[in-house]
Amino acid sequence: MTTFPIEKIRADFPILQEKIRNKPLVYLDNAASCQKPQQVIDSIVHCYSHEYANVHRGVHTLSVRATDRYEGAREKVKDFINAQSTKEIIFVRGATEAINLIAQTFGKANIKAGDEILITAMEHHSNIVPWQMLCAETGAVLKVAPINLQGELIYPEFEKLISDKTKLVSVVHMSNALGTINPVEKIIAAAKARNIPVLLDGAQAIPHMAVDVQALDCDFYVFSGHKLYAPSGIGVLYGKQALLEAMPPYQGGGDMIRKVTFEETEYNTLPYKFEAGTPNIADVVGLGAAIDYLVEIGMDNVAAYEAELLDYATAKAKQVKGLRLIGEAKEKGAILSFVLDKIHPHDIGTMLDSLGIAVRAGHHCAMPVMDFFEVPATARASFAMYNTKEEIDVLIDGIESLIEMFG
Amino acid sequence: MFDDLRDLYQEVIFDHNRNPRNFYVMEGADRKVEGFNPLCGDRLTLFLKMDGDKITDASFQGSGCAISTASVSLMTEVVKGKTEAEAEALFKQFHDMTTGKEEEVNLEAIGKLAVLAGVREYPARVKCATLAWHTLDAALKNEQESISTE
Repeated sequence: MTTFPIEKIRADFPILQEKIRNKPLVYLDNAASCQKPQQVIDSIVHCYSHEYANVHRGVHTLSVRATDRYEGAREKVKDFINAQSTKEIIFVRGATEAINLIAQTFGKANIKAGDEILITAMEHHSNIVPWQMLCAETGAVLKVAPINLQGELIYPEFEKLISDKTKLVSVVHMSNALGTINPVEKIIAAAKARNIPVLLDGAQAIPHMAVDVQALDCDFYVFSGHKLYAPSGIGVLYGKQALLEAMPPYQGGGDMIRKVTFEETEYNTLPYKFEAGTPNIADVVGLGAAIDYLVEIGMDNVAAYEAELLDYATAKAKQVKGLRLIGEAKEKGAILSFVLDKIHPHDIGTMLDSLGIAVRAGHHCAMPVMDFFEVPATARASFAMYNTKEEIDVLIDGIESLIEMFG
Repeated sequence: MFDDLRDLYQEVIFDHNRNPRNFYVMEGADRKVEGFNPLCGDRLTLFLKMDGDKITDASFQGSGCAISTASVSLMTEVVKGKTEAEAEALFKQFHDMTTGKEEEVNLEAIGKLAVLAGVREYPARVKCATLAWHTLDAALKNEQESISTE
C-alpha cells in the first residue's frame, strides 16, 4: 500500500479537484463509469490537433499517422489482455455492442431451436436481453444458473445445467451489482470438456485485475473503455481467431469489404470484417493511452490496492447499524452494494450527493438481482484506484449522519 | 451536516415517510391504478372511492423513497372531498410548483403540499414527487394501465 503512488494518480485526474455542492468530490460511482486521467484527455486533444484523418483510406501523411495510432492502440489492447494476434481485437462501441454482435453473428449461425444458452442470475441486462432476443428469433432457450444469498454462483447448479443442448456459456467475470468475481477458470474448464464456447463479460472486471485471455482460454472476452479510464463510446470484442473467421459479418459497409460489385461482395479479413464504417478513431487512441497509463502502474498493484480499500470499507460498513450489505462473496471486487433499514436508496443518493459523494442508487441494470434479494434498488459505492481510505471515512460518516437525520 | 437539504427534506416529509396516512388496501374501491418507476423502484397503488365526480375517499399501498411516499400520503389527504375538476387543478398547480414553472408558490392554493416545493432544486427527484399525481390523473380519467414518471 505504501508503494502505491496514490497521490500521483489522484493528481492525474483533473475532475477529482471538482467541488460538488461546495464540497470536495468523493467519486464512488466507478462501476457506472470511471474518470479519465489527463494523459487520456491529452491523447484525444493531440489526436484531433495533430494526427486526425480517416484511417485505412488515404495515402496522405495524416491518414497514415492516424492509421498508425489507431492500429497501435489495437496492438496495446492485444498485449493488455494477452491475445495471440491483433486479428482477434475488434473495436466496438462497448461491451453491450460486443455481446449483441456475438448474438447476431455467432448466435444466429450456430444456435437453433431447442439449443440452450447458459448465463447466471447475476448478469447485467446487457448479458440477458441480447440472448432473449436471439431466443425469440431462433426458438433457443435461455438457462439461468442460480446464486446464493452471498451473491455467489451456486457452482454445482451451474454444472448441472450444462448439457449437450448448451451451445454457449455467457457469464459475467465480475458482477457490477454485487462485486462477485465468478470462478471463471472452473466455468471455462467445465464448458471446454463439452466443447462449448465461453463468452466472458469483462466490463466490470477489466479495470480491477490483470486479464489474460490465453491463460483463461475463453472464446470471447468483451469490455468497455469507459470503465477502464478511457473514453465512452469505445469497447473491445476479443474472440479466438478461428471463431471470428467462421462468423458471418455483423454490419455491412465501408472498411469491412475487400471487393464490392453489384453482384457480390468479398469481405475483408480480420479484424476489419467486423468494423464497418469509419471507426471511433480518437477514442481508440484514448483507449490506447489509458492502457499505457495502467500498464505503467501495473494491474496487479491496482488489484492489491483496491482489495485493501474494499476490506477497509467492508469492515467499516458492517459497523453501521441498520446497514445490510448486498453481495458478500468471498471472491469480490471493489464494490459495496448496500441498503439501509427504512431508507430508500434514492434518498441515500440525494443525501450523500449533498455532501459531495457520488454513489449510484438504483437497480444497476440488474433487475433480476434486485428481485432475488427482494429489494427495489440498492445504493452502491464502487471504488477505483484513485479512491482513498479517507474518502471511505467521508462516506461512512455521511451514511451515519443520514440515518440519524431520518430518525 | 445536511443543511443544504433542509428545503428538500422537511420534517413533514420525514413524518409522512415514517407514518404514511391512508396507507391501506381499500375494499370496494371505484378506481385502482398502479404507479411504478422501474428505474428507482418507487411503486404505489392508488385507490379512490367516488360519488359522481367527487372523490369521497383515497388510500394507497406500496413502497418508495421518502419523497414519493410523503407526496402520495399528502395527496390522499388533500384530495378527499374534492371534485375531479378541483383535483385536476391541484395537480396542475403541484406540477408547476415542482417543475419550477411557477416562480412563486401559491400557498393559498397549494396548502400543505408546499412542503414539496424544494424538489424543484433536484431535477432527478421531481419524478418521485409527481408519480402520485400522475397516477391520480390516470385514475380520474379511468385509465387502467400502469403509470410512470420516468
